[in-house]
Amino acid sequence: MKQKECVAMLLAGGQGTRLKSLTKQIAKPAVYFGGKYRIIDFPLSNCTNSGIDTVGVLTQYEPLILNDYIGIGSSWDLDRKFGGVSVLPPYMQADGGDWYTGTANAIYRNIKFLNQYEPEHVLILSGDHIYKMDYEEMLDYHKATEADATISVLEVPWEDASRFGIMNTNESGRIVDFDEKPAYPLNNLASMGVYIFKWDVLKQYLIEDEQKPNSSHDFGKDIIPAFLNDDRRMMAYTFKGYWKDVGTVDSLWEANMDLLSENPELNLNDYSWQIYSKNPNQPAQYIAPTAHVRNALINEGCRVHGTVDTSVIFYGVHIEDSALVKDSVIMPNVKIGKNVKIYRSLIAEGSVIEDNTVIGNPEPDSDITLHAEEGSVMATNYAVTN
Amino acid sequence: MDRIAGIINLDHEQDLLDELTYFRCGAAVPFAGRYRMIDFAISNMANSRIESIAVFARRKYRSLMDHLEQGKAWDLDRRSGGLFILPPDWNDPTDMSRGDLQHFHNNMDFIQRARADYILVSGSQNICNINFQDVLQEHKEANADVTVIYKEVDELYPEHRLAHKLDIDEQNEVLDINNDQKSTKVYMDMYLIEKNFMNKLIEESIAHGHSHFFLEGIKGRLQEMRVHAYEYKGTHALVNSVESYFRNSRKLLNREEHDGLFKEDSPILTKVKNEAPAKYLQDSDVKNTLVANGCVVHGHVEDSILFRGVKIGKGAVIKNSIIMQRCEIEDNAVLENVIIDKDCKITGGRTFIGAPEKPYVLAKRKSM
Repeated sequence: MKQKECVAMLLAGGQGTRLKSLTKQIAKPAVYFGGKYRIIDFPLSNCTNSGIDTVGVLTQYEPLILNDYIGIGSSWDLDRKFGGVSVLPPYMQADGGDWYTGTANAIYRNIKFLNQYEPEHVLILSGDHIYKMDYEEMLDYHKATEADATISVLEVPWEDASRFGIMNTNESGRIVDFDEKPAYPLNNLASMGVYIFKWDVLKQYLIEDEQKPNSSHDFGKDIIPAFLNDDRRMMAYTFKGYWKDVGTVDSLWEANMDLLSENPELNLNDYSWQIYSKNPNQPAQYIAPTAHVRNALINEGCRVHGTVDTSVIFYGVHIEDSALVKDSVIMPNVKIGKNVKIYRSLIAEGSVIEDNTVIGNPEPDSDITLHAEEGSVMATNYAVTN
Repeated sequence: MDRIAGIINLDHEQDLLDELTYFRCGAAVPFAGRYRMIDFAISNMANSRIESIAVFARRKYRSLMDHLEQGKAWDLDRRSGGLFILPPDWNDPTDMSRGDLQHFHNNMDFIQRARADYILVSGSQNICNINFQDVLQEHKEANADVTVIYKEVDELYPEHRLAHKLDIDEQNEVLDINNDQKSTKVYMDMYLIEKNFMNKLIEESIAHGHSHFFLEGIKGRLQEMRVHAYEYKGTHALVNSVESYFRNSRKLLNREEHDGLFKEDSPILTKVKNEAPAKYLQDSDVKNTLVANGCVVHGHVEDSILFRGVKIGKGAVIKNSIIMQRCEIEDNAVLENVIIDKDCKITGGRTFIGAPEKPYVLAKRKSM
C-alpha cells in the first residue's frame, strides 16, 4: 500500500480584513508580494523544495482567484499522480454541512482526505507569511525528538514578544506553556503558525475537540492547550531566517521594501531555493532613455519612461514620462500616466492613474496609502501558462 | 473550421551565427532578452489555432529540445496533437530520399495523421507576428494550390541577399521565385498548402529523386500549379548572420518595432524560468535597454539587451551590447558593441569594445 510520510495542510481560507480593499475580492493568501508572487507561493514553494509533494489547500473566503491560481499545481511542480495539490473547500455531507468553523475544524473535516495517504505526520501551514523554510529539517527534528507535536518558533526581540503567541520551553526545548500575546512575556520564542503533528495523535484530538460544545475549534486556542493539558510531548523548533507576517497594509508594504536592500535577508535570486509562481510570460521590461531607475524590483512586461525610486513594480505596469514612483508597491497591469506622483503607496492591480495625479504622502514615516479602484482587484490578466 | 497543422522545417537552415551557433542550431539562438528564435514560429502557430506542430531538426538540436520540452509553454502538451520534435531517422532502410525530403518522407505519418486539412510550413529565421488563419482565408479566396508568404521590405540589407524573392503579378500570383538582388519582396520561408496536395507532391518529389521539397517540388514546378503570394505587413526581421542578429535585436529598443512584435492578443511565449523580478541597486543607471527577470544591475547600461539572470557589477559600463542568460559582468568592466553568449564571466576592470557594425562575439561559458 502506497503512503506518504508527511502531508501538508495549508490553511488558506482567511479573509485578512486588515488588508482592507486588497482582500475585498480575494483571499489573503492570494495577495500579491515581491513584484511577481502571491503570498501562497512561499509555503507552496517551501513544500516542493522540502520534498513534500502532497498538499491540501483549505479554502473558504473568496476562493475564485485562489482556485484559478493553484490549478493543478504545475507552477510548483505539485501536479503529481499520487498526491500533489488538492484544493479543499467546505462541502455538504449526508447529515448536512457547514462552513469551516475554525482552523482545527477545517482539518477535522478533511480527515478522509488525509486518511487516503496514511501519513505518519501532518504539517500545518498558514498562507499569511513570507519566509523560506526547509520543512524537512523540522520534520527530522520532530522525528528525532519523538514529539507528538513540533511547533516552529522564531526568536523575536523581547520588546515585540507581547505581540505574538509565545512558547515557554524547558532546557531541552520541550514546550511547557503557551501564552497568547502575553503582557509580561517569559520567553521570546514566537510561534510561526507552522506545526507538525503525529497524525494518529492529532486525529484523536481533532475528534475529541469536535465533541466539545464550547470549543472554538482552533489550533492555538483549543488543540495546543489540550496537548499541554495532557502532558503530550511538544517540542519547539527554532527557525532562523527571514519571516514576516504580512497581515496589514503597513507590514505588506514593509516586507516589499525589505527586498530592496543590497543583500536582503529574503534572497529571491537563490537558485537553490527558488520561489515558484504562475508566470505571466510577458516580454522583457523596457527602460526608456528618459527613465531613472534605482533601488527597485521590476518585473517583465513593464515599460518605464519615468522615475522609479525605492519601489517594487509587478508585471505589465506602464510608467509614462515625468511620472515619479517613490517608496511604493505597484501591483500588476497598473497604468501610470504622465507627470503622476506616487509616494508611500500600494497601488492595487489594474488601476489606471490619470495624468498629473498625486497619490500618497511624501513625508517620511507618514501613513501608507492604499489605492484600489472598484473592481480593479478582480482584473486577473496573467495571460497564459504557468 | 478548417484545421491547419504546422511544420517547422529547420533542415536546410544554415547555422551562420558564428560563435552563437557553435553549439546550437539557429532556431535555438536566444533573442529579445528572453526568447529563442523558434519561439516566434511556434507562438504564431499556437496563436493561429494550430494545435499539431512538428519540428524537423537535423543538427545541434540538444538545446532546442531542452528549450521546447513537451511544448508546455505554448499549451502544446496535448493528448492528441501537440508538439513533435523529429530529428532525422538515420536507420530507415527503405529511405532513399535526400535533403529535407528525407524528413518529409520519414514523417509522412505526421502529415497524414494530423487532424488538419492544411499544412503550414515555416522556418525559424523570419521573426514576425503573423496570423496564419488570415493566410488561409486569402489562400481559399485565391483558390490557390500553395500560398507563399512574403514581406515587402523598405530597405535591402545584407541578410536579404540569402533570401528568395518573389516575382508576382497584379493578382498576387507568383510568376517566379528567384534570387533577384534588387527585389524587395522577401520570401519569408513560410507557405501554406492543402494536405492531400502536399502528400502528392512529396511522393512525386521522392520519385524524381529530389532533395529539397520546396525548391524542387514547388519552386521548380511553379508552372504546374497556382501559387499565391500573401503579403505580411507587420514587424519583420530576417536573422541569418551575426550582423543581422545584432541590428535586428537592437531595433527592438524602438517602441513601434517592439510593440509590432509583442502584442497582448497574440503573445510570443517562451519556456518559463521562474526568475525573480529584475533588481536595480542604488547606484544603477539604465537607459534605453531591455531587461529580463533575474537580472541584478549595479552599473551603467545603455542601448543594450540583458537576458535573464545577468549580473552587472558596480561601476561596470555596458553600451550597445547584448548580454545573454546568467552572464556575470564584474565591477568596473567596460563592454561596448559586444554579444556575450550564456554563462560567460567578464572579470573586473576588463574592457572589450567591438565595432558598431561588427560586434565582438564571445562564445558560451567563456571567462575573460
